[in-house]
Amino acid sequence: MSLKREIGFVLNGIRTRATVPVEMSTLAMLREIVGLTGTKYACGEGECGACTIIVDGLSTCACLMFAVDCEERTLTTIEGLVRDPVGEKLEQAFVDCGAVQCGFCTPGMVVQAKHLLETHPHPTRAEIERGIEGNLCRCTGYVKIIDAIEKASRNGAQGGPR
Amino acid sequence: MKVIEKESLIGKRIAKLDAPEKASGKTRYVHDLDLSGQLYARILRSTRVHARIKRIDVSRARALPGVHAVLTAADVPYQRPLGIGKDQLPLKGDKVRSRRDEIAAVAAESEAVANAALALIDVEYEDLPPLTDPAEALMPGAPVIHDEKMPPQAPHESLKPGEPGDAEAHRHNVAMTFDYAQGDVAVGEAESDVIVDDWFRLHYVTHCCMGVSGVIAEFDPSGNLTLYSNTQVPFLHKREFAEILGMDPGRIRIIQPPIGGGFGSKLDIYPFEPICVFLAKATDRPVKLVFSREEEFVASPTRQPVLLRLRSGAKKDGTLTFRVCETLHDNGAYTSWGATTPFVMMQTISSLYRVPHCKYHTTAVYTNNPYAGSFRGYGNLQATFAVEQQMDKLAEALGIDPLDMRLKNAQDPGETTPQGMHFKTCGLKDCLTQATAASHWREKHRAAIAAQKAPTRYKRGVGVASMLHVGGGAKIYPSDGCGTILKIDDFAHVTLITGASEIGQGSETVLAQLVCEELGIPLDAVTVVNNDTDITPWDVGVHASRTTFIGGNSAIGAARKAKAKILAAAAKVTGLPEAGLELRAGHIVRTESGEALMNLAKLLRSLHFSDKADLVMTTHYYEPPSHHQDKAFKGDVSAAYAWATQVVEVEVDTETGVVRLVKVTGAHDVGRVLNRLGIEGQIEGGIVMGQGYAMTEELIVQDGIVRNPGFRDYKLVTAPEIPEMDIHFIETMDGEGPQGAKGVGEAPAICVAAATANAICNATGVRIYELPFTPENVYRALVAARAEKAAE
Repeated sequence: MSLKREIGFVLNGIRTRATVPVEMSTLAMLREIVGLTGTKYACGEGECGACTIIVDGLSTCACLMFAVDCEERTLTTIEGLVRDPVGEKLEQAFVDCGAVQCGFCTPGMVVQAKHLLETHPHPTRAEIERGIEGNLCRCTGYVKIIDAIEKASRNGAQGGPR
Repeated sequence: MKVIEKESLIGKRIAKLDAPEKASGKTRYVHDLDLSGQLYARILRSTRVHARIKRIDVSRARALPGVHAVLTAADVPYQRPLGIGKDQLPLKGDKVRSRRDEIAAVAAESEAVANAALALIDVEYEDLPPLTDPAEALMPGAPVIHDEKMPPQAPHESLKPGEPGDAEAHRHNVAMTFDYAQGDVAVGEAESDVIVDDWFRLHYVTHCCMGVSGVIAEFDPSGNLTLYSNTQVPFLHKREFAEILGMDPGRIRIIQPPIGGGFGSKLDIYPFEPICVFLAKATDRPVKLVFSREEEFVASPTRQPVLLRLRSGAKKDGTLTFRVCETLHDNGAYTSWGATTPFVMMQTISSLYRVPHCKYHTTAVYTNNPYAGSFRGYGNLQATFAVEQQMDKLAEALGIDPLDMRLKNAQDPGETTPQGMHFKTCGLKDCLTQATAASHWREKHRAAIAAQKAPTRYKRGVGVASMLHVGGGAKIYPSDGCGTILKIDDFAHVTLITGASEIGQGSETVLAQLVCEELGIPLDAVTVVNNDTDITPWDVGVHASRTTFIGGNSAIGAARKAKAKILAAAAKVTGLPEAGLELRAGHIVRTESGEALMNLAKLLRSLHFSDKADLVMTTHYYEPPSHHQDKAFKGDVSAAYAWATQVVEVEVDTETGVVRLVKVTGAHDVGRVLNRLGIEGQIEGGIVMGQGYAMTEELIVQDGIVRNPGFRDYKLVTAPEIPEMDIHFIETMDGEGPQGAKGVGEAPAICVAAATANAICNATGVRIYELPFTPENVYRALVAARAEKAAE
């Protein structure tokens, strides 16, 4: 049996406690213990961005972070963007701009875009491309994803003080 | 009087119906599903490339707490061969022929326990000489890879025209052969003023679906099997699973959760799927099996690697005279769809341009390498890479402009090629003209040639390539049809139940649009059901760029039957002639004036709650007017053909070999644009997939071992690397297509590598015959060309 620890953190605005094996990744904890499956496994080594979440304001691959390291941190996943003004505008822009095909990379892409707009409220297209270069998409060729982030930014989906 | 104008959704930018769910992370893929009582499966794969299995000891694994079953071939004596060639058993018992080979499988209470159990299985091998070069595998006296006796089997239905290798062929490591001929090549050679003859080498790439492979299998107490599967061909798989498992196909239900990318990878049954079923059977529990990314790279199919020799000739005026194509397909250890890519390759050789005399031959050879499946474009990227480079070479040898050379030999509408393909619509000349004009190809091409010798480090060049692909299905099975069930409820809400699967390409949205167009209802009044073989009517599967065309025509057929029934009822109620009535915006209207006569929902209710008590429910089965190829591979295999031309502009850093794709200008004959947002997405995504094939992706297979099974070392294109894209649509309004549309799914990926090769040559004067155009490969080619020049 593996060693387990109980940890506490804020997940999508809710104080949460979880008992996790010490070797478990944050990705596995979110999917298997907390039960939120919007964060996707696609490589497990931080190369594809499908499991992107925001931890204390920084976008992170959940597969690269031990669950025990979530202790006392604030986490935002795709599920936490439902009532977030930036997240809502992004999700709508992804729909309207045709940025979704198979959809498997989409949650990670939206979370990364949220982080990008929080830190760069008015990105150029080149800045958007750089901002999502760690997120792989096999379907869309990225054009419509870049369109969507640009549109959300124009529609006032900026982060920072509101 | 309320007047309703006619409105159309065709050609508009329509958001995908499944996008809101996907963008909010709420979509449940197979990876996200868990059934109560579910166990987790893992597979033990061979650590050897080619070996006899002397002994497998699973006793320690079975003893591990939490392990419910450990299976080897000995535990499933009833297993039957699977796949296109029926040349492998799911679990290998006596011999392994590649590093992906499945030796044992575990079902346990968690993935961690299953993995721990795998580590406790002892396998003793006796190594056999590995064969990893297809040319060596053909040498007399080479070790034989398939020397086994398989249980008796029915040959795969679609392969009737081909020549699957028999036991005798297998003794020479030949998996399949293909031969095609038209005209008389000797005549063509005699007529030629110039002949070019080259070898082309096409590499391994793989699909890299973002969602890894996975399946859940569950038996109910009556012995019925439910599979939660990512398959692209659920109805064909019902039958194939039944054969492999020795079951009645009627007892198998396939549910397709949303699929995280297909691209052709899910057209065959792979060993992991029946293995998961064996485990479910052995444990009486639902069993879930999901790959790791590494496993996905090692044990899912690749694009077919090809060694290809092409000879082509032309007359002084540029008229093509003949083509001879010979290919060696590395079949890998087992036969899947990759071996059958000649079906498509020979079409490009014989019919992309007019060629009177052709000969085509493929030998697919068993090796101990990974095996190839179908992959978006299906051999056409490989064939087009060779054909379109030689079009440039012939033009250059004859002193003809490469664009003029292509226009001279381009097909026209109405032609039937010697291979029997009938081009009822054909926009190739318009594609060529539009793509080259929009990209200023002529000026740029000339300027680049003039600048080739200038001592500049960065050189620009443009290249052009065109493609022909099936655009109205492909009749390689006994039927190429699709069924639809359509029902309208009391509130004029339509449920469209279609056999056509959605794999992200947007088919459910297009099918809903087509139904709205017939029934005059808004898009949000349609629900599409497309993922359960117990509910949906038969469809051959999502492949061959066929879903919009075939599924679309099927949906339209069902909608028209519903419309006829509604209008007949409306005519009775209003006392007006049926011919003067139409459906618009949820109302019955007078066609001429647009005057709203009745609310559609109200009419439906009056039908339902009358003494006749009738519901509007219709069915339609659409079978395209296409034909099987005969034994000589001749026949009009698709109801329509798609065309495209792409111009690629590159910048080559001649000091480092780094090639940057600056811009891709595409002109695509798509018949008609149905959903502009969706079709742009298909083409942009296809171009970038083609870019990956041309520039960055390579599955490195050394001595039968995949050396780069991860995204760190297998380089997919990322957002900052995409080219500018300028896409034009040529609308030829195909008479058979749904609202005039043709298939487009595969087309955009096909030309990129060929056009890039021509662009690099235009920029540098150096022609490269091998993919991918990585900095290293390009740099070596440039240096070799410089050395050759210096030696002259």
